Amino acid sequence: MGNKVIELQDIRRDFIVGDETVHALRGVSFTITEGEFVTIMGTSGSGKSTLLNILGCLDTPTSGEYLLDGIPVRSMSKSQRATLRNRKIGFVFQNYNLLAKTTATENVELPLMYNPEISSAERRRRAEEALDAVGLGDRKEHKSNQMSGGQMQRVAIARALVNNPAVILADEATGNLDTRTSYEILMLFQKLHSEGRTIIFVTHNPDIANYSSRNIRLRDGHIIEDARNSSIRSAEETYRSLPKDEDN
Amino acid sequence: MNYTNLFRIALKALANNKMRAFLTMLGIIIGVGSVITMIALGQGTQKSIQAEISGMGSNIIMVHPGGDRRGGVRLDPSEMQTLKIKNYETLRSECMYLAAVSPYVTASGQLVCGNNNYPSSVTGAGTEYISIRQLAVEDGAMFTEADIKTSAKVCVIGKTIVDNLFPDGGDPIGKIIRFNQVPLKVIGVLESKGYNSMGMDQDDIVLAPYTTVMKRMLAITHFNGIFASALSEDMTDYATAEIRTILRREHRLKDSDSDDFTIRTQQELSEMLNTTTNLLTTLLACIAGISLLVGGIGIMNIMYVSITERTREIGLRMSVGARGVDILVQFLIEAVLISVTGGIIGILLGCTACIAVKFLAHWPVYIQIWSVILSFAVCTVTGIFFGWYPARKAADLDPIDALRYE
Repeated sequence: MGNKVIELQDIRRDFIVGDETVHALRGVSFTITEGEFVTIMGTSGSGKSTLLNILGCLDTPTSGEYLLDGIPVRSMSKSQRATLRNRKIGFVFQNYNLLAKTTATENVELPLMYNPEISSAERRRRAEEALDAVGLGDRKEHKSNQMSGGQMQRVAIARALVNNPAVILADEATGNLDTRTSYEILMLFQKLHSEGRTIIFVTHNPDIANYSSRNIRLRDGHIIEDARNSSIRSAEETYRSLPKDEDN
Repeated sequence: MNYTNLFRIALKALANNKMRAFLTMLGIIIGVGSVITMIALGQGTQKSIQAEISGMGSNIIMVHPGGDRRGGVRLDPSEMQTLKIKNYETLRSECMYLAAVSPYVTASGQLVCGNNNYPSSVTGAGTEYISIRQLAVEDGAMFTEADIKTSAKVCVIGKTIVDNLFPDGGDPIGKIIRFNQVPLKVIGVLESKGYNSMGMDQDDIVLAPYTTVMKRMLAITHFNGIFASALSEDMTDYATAEIRTILRREHRLKDSDSDDFTIRTQQELSEMLNTTTNLLTTLLACIAGISLLVGGIGIMNIMYVSITERTREIGLRMSVGARGVDILVQFLIEAVLISVTGGIIGILLGCTACIAVKFLAHWPVYIQIWSVILSFAVCTVTGIFFGWYPARKAADLDPIDALRYE
């Protein structure tokens, strides 16, 4: 077993809506070690978005402790958490969230812009490396509106990789893509997993669990299942077995 | 914090929205441009008035009879008959600080020469009058002390009079013109001085010996005033004091009596005019300043729209590690870039407008360096001031809400 990247201890998160208190998370505990590919599943209202926000240091739990790479997050200030996100976390969103009218390289450079320790030459080099890693070496100067959905998501993944994070958080990263492209992206995640990256993939699509190494299921703020996947399917095989697109 | 990167980010954001950035700048451009042009116009007017005044003679001292009270009835100062030939002669012989003294009497009426006539007035003066008023004889000669002594029927006339009485272009020297039945022989023509800044034609002038005007035309023994010039501009105050002392003695005024004459200097006049033009400049600058304020509000407005439109972008930036202060500084830089770029364009535009006005309309303009510096500083402050609130709003956004914003 590698290092503990994420350690959640009895995490609770309450929201006050009007007069009522909504318990979004009612005591969630788990540990994720380096190199795991975890899917977090659940229907809407199960608390998975809240959990994602807490894991991503965008939100803090009402009670319980969260250690990211050994660092306690709950007591941190807003700007400390921002810096922590900058160094330790890579986000991949469902709707890509690329900057408009901006080239792929510039989009990927974005997290490093907020890290004063990195020179502009270093930033450029790392952004280009990350784009090569996601297979977009030939699209570096393309602007976001000149790319397909799959390409945009690859840019977003490159952006999540560029700061060499402790964990990559993907929020329904294949949700906006067609089946073929979804598997292409899954292949990319599996490749990153095989290279030793820690990935957390939040989704409501049960199929994706087959391709990850571990699956956590949430319902009503509780974990109802936490299982290791002994037979990980290869996204590449699935992709090959798909009927070829008639347009191609 | 890495300001270079934040500056780059802000620059990029503006470059992505060039048209909008330019339209926002337009408010500032017009504001700054008008501040500079208005102040330059105001200052130009002031300078030209000052130049006119010193052209009239910067050390002129004018003595007029003062208003008086006789048995409770206030009298019109121009009706007063207190300034006499004797007073003038005393001033002329006793004053140390005066370079020149001349009496001043005017008579108005119709000038006639052949079948041409023109309404004007004849100024009765001494020989030194032309040096006091900085006039020069272009053709012929000024009358002499001998002419004054004999109340000679001679005159020296200005260009306007020449043009009106001798429209054929004949030489006026030696011709006889009649003024209220008194024939006057033209012995000299004055150099043209044009209009002064108050719109008075300085060439509409007929000079004659004061004795001629007093005895032959008006049959009076007093002057309308006495003109003098101090030895130099900074001796005007001494000269004024000297004249006051002499006139009080001559008029036998007790210490408790107030002056029965008034002394005005060109300096007072120029100060008075300065006050007027300063007021004008201030008013113009105020109007221009208001347009700068409106420009600033334009910036605030656009920054607000921009922040609402870019909420998701702000959310993304925060999720990849931008702190609130980074977002704040980014939007502040954007606002300041807009206002400062607008300011620079405004300064260039204002200066161009000034030069254009100078060459096309021939108005006096004078670009003030302080107005350029001031309006530039005001722009920067405007950018920070009006950019602050929207930037603060952006920085305070919650990253989760911002990312979900539709």
